[in-house]
Amino acid sequence: MAAQAVKKENAMVRFGHGVVTYLKENLAILCAFVVMCVALAIMSPVFLSVDNILNVLRQVTVNCNLALGLTMCIIINGIDLSVGSVVAISGTLAAGFISNNGMNVWLAILIAFLIGVVMGICNGLIIAYTGMPPFVVTLAMMNIGRGAAYVYANGQPIRCFVDEFNFWGVGYILGIPVPVIISAILFIIMTLVLTKSKFGRHLYAVGGNEEAAKFSGISIKKVKITVYTLSGIFASLSGIVLAARMYSGQPSAGNGFELDAIAASVLGGVSFLGGVGKLGGTIIGVLVIGILSNGLNLMNVNSFWQYIVKGLIILAAVYLDIVKKSRQKF
Amino acid sequence: MGKTVLEMKNIHKKFPGVYALNSVDFELKAGEVHALLGENGAGKSTLIKVLGGIYHPDQGQIIIDGKEVKINTVMDADAAGVSIIHQEIMTVPEMTIAENIFLGREPKTKFGTVDFKKMLSVSQELIDGFGLEMKASRKILALSIAQQQMVAIVKAISINAKIVVMDEPTSSLTDSEVDYLFEIIEKLKAQGIGIVYISHKLDELFRICDRITVMRDGQYVGTKVTAETTRDELISMMVGRTLDNYYVRTFHELGDVVLEAKNVKGGLVKDASFQLRKGEILGFAGLVGSGRSELMKDMIGLDPREGGEVFVDGKKVEFHGVTDAQREGLVLVPENRKKEGLLLKNSVGFNLTLAVLGDFIKGISVKKSKETEIINTYVDAMAIKTPSVNQLVGNLSGGNQQKVLIGKWLAAAPKILIMDEPTRGVDVGAKAEIYQIMNNLADQGVSIIMISSELPEVLGMCDRICVMYEGEITGVVDRKDFSQERVMHFATGGR
Repeated sequence: MAAQAVKKENAMVRFGHGVVTYLKENLAILCAFVVMCVALAIMSPVFLSVDNILNVLRQVTVNCNLALGLTMCIIINGIDLSVGSVVAISGTLAAGFISNNGMNVWLAILIAFLIGVVMGICNGLIIAYTGMPPFVVTLAMMNIGRGAAYVYANGQPIRCFVDEFNFWGVGYILGIPVPVIISAILFIIMTLVLTKSKFGRHLYAVGGNEEAAKFSGISIKKVKITVYTLSGIFASLSGIVLAARMYSGQPSAGNGFELDAIAASVLGGVSFLGGVGKLGGTIIGVLVIGILSNGLNLMNVNSFWQYIVKGLIILAAVYLDIVKKSRQKF
Repeated sequence: MGKTVLEMKNIHKKFPGVYALNSVDFELKAGEVHALLGENGAGKSTLIKVLGGIYHPDQGQIIIDGKEVKINTVMDADAAGVSIIHQEIMTVPEMTIAENIFLGREPKTKFGTVDFKKMLSVSQELIDGFGLEMKASRKILALSIAQQQMVAIVKAISINAKIVVMDEPTSSLTDSEVDYLFEIIEKLKAQGIGIVYISHKLDELFRICDRITVMRDGQYVGTKVTAETTRDELISMMVGRTLDNYYVRTFHELGDVVLEAKNVKGGLVKDASFQLRKGEILGFAGLVGSGRSELMKDMIGLDPREGGEVFVDGKKVEFHGVTDAQREGLVLVPENRKKEGLLLKNSVGFNLTLAVLGDFIKGISVKKSKETEIINTYVDAMAIKTPSVNQLVGNLSGGNQQKVLIGKWLAAAPKILIMDEPTRGVDVGAKAEIYQIMNNLADQGVSIIMISSELPEVLGMCDRICVMYEGEITGVVDRKDFSQERVMHFATGGR
């Protein structure tokens, strides 16, 4: 009884420590996040309405999914530029299979999803076995994917009004948008994987020092293939959700999404030097970018300005990161 | 032999904690090949870096052609007529021979563009002058290592070098390429150029050098005319220091053979066979590049093995990497802790458990208590001084980093422990602690292979010593026959 109480107390203390560490690690970005929210709440009464909050959450889901993959890629000193194209491919194919071929919705989703995943697996295999730089490999895959989507759809959006399909984009469960539920589940799973599993530790080891990881008996190839495959899975899933939400598969969808996902990771403290970064930071990065767009929209700021503001914020965040690093001794 | 071209007098250089050069003198005559000889860490490279303007001496004079010069930068060295040909040849592989020779001082046409025609013709003249058969328009990457070295020499001559320093020039050359290099050196001598020749290979020194200066522990030991000295005399000059007595070791009867290598080949390793017994500490001595680390990597499968067999407890094994070896109880503590050993950006705890994650992680369930137990056990066992197990390893001292590295592999409960330079860059106190731990392990029946370039520690700690030279084991010395001279005899190619 007493022992149990002590154990419970220990767990509480550990949880408390965890929260404090989290706040400390993400101090700058959290401050920015809070300041933005407060400012928007004051300037726009709509901002804190339930509708708007759900709207923001639904809008950030795709970026959130993609950022899960990108965070892992960047941790192992890689990058995945092909995610935007995978979004286009899986969405276009799913809509096409349903609308043009009259395929069963579930089957269409499954096949489209798997084709997107295969692109991720290809990225991983090529990077792991040829030693070609991830930037180049995924840049090529980005073009291949985009081109394939345009070829398949003949350059036109493929409309798809099927309730079973659209449910994944615009549906609700218990009043929460389905895409938000999907993203939340993925986020929780991946956070557990990164913090608790062997794979998570191997990931940070490969990113921190590939040579040392090899000498520790970690299979570098396995880690790389897994990371790019997961990135493909998240992108492919996002493509289907996005197509469902837009009632059409668009071959031009997802253009530039990879950059938003990279921005979210970097804002969240993932280091381009490798080996450092947590999903707990990335999620804040995702929200900051999402709220920024939403806020600027609410205030009727021209959307072209949003790019400039986004760029400035990324520069500032990464600069802060460098300042923090330079205080470390090595 | 001509007049004196270079004199270095009373050179001092201190690094934090190390007296790298303590009152070193060196003299070079025109048309002479003068060898610098000494063990790793004797101070040869430091002296050359002082001459080349990379390090600034704390004290001392450099006199070239009778005039005192200050060499503060590499450009100063060029201007003073000093040219250093480094071990790793510094050429741009994607450029042509001519472009490399004129790198940074390209001739210009009257329009201000690079005069490629002139560059090519002048380069070709220089190359022909040496009787080399090379086209100046070829790219460096198409050349053999020996040819690249020739280009470096031609470049040195083209900037009117009077003093050419060659740092281990034959380390990656074949026998016929060495002959070729020596012909060129004879031509340089004939032109009155003074050559400083650094090499561990005594045979070469007797072939090519006029005089030999020996250094040890940052000090000048003596200079001998090659014709008047012997191999044995040079070796005793190189190693003539007393053994420190902080080597703790209790010797036992050795047990059965636990590890055997038969005719292992691959990379630098030409042919190596040896046996390791239970509870033994087997030393591997030899010069840098003799293939000791490579032999171990070949056995474990970190480098591709081209031939030979490995046996653990009499059973033939085929390892394809660290994990396979670990399964059979064999682990390797790598040589370069910053590059191959540790994750500096991660914590002490993260590093200590990296090789044994399977012991406390199943899926996504982490047995925190087991993890803490492993970490605490090895922080205590290795006496790692750290404010917390969450401290980043990069913030620890070299000695404590090394202890984390060793502890990480002890956590894997090895039966056979290969330690590559286990005390490199570690202070005296931590060294003694590491020796103590090695002794305890051997007492418990763990078999240890200790690769080390520090002869005193090999002699102090080991039951037997395998000595390697150019990828082969040239001799195995039993404890009763231990002497520095005997090890150096094998390490420099003696049989």
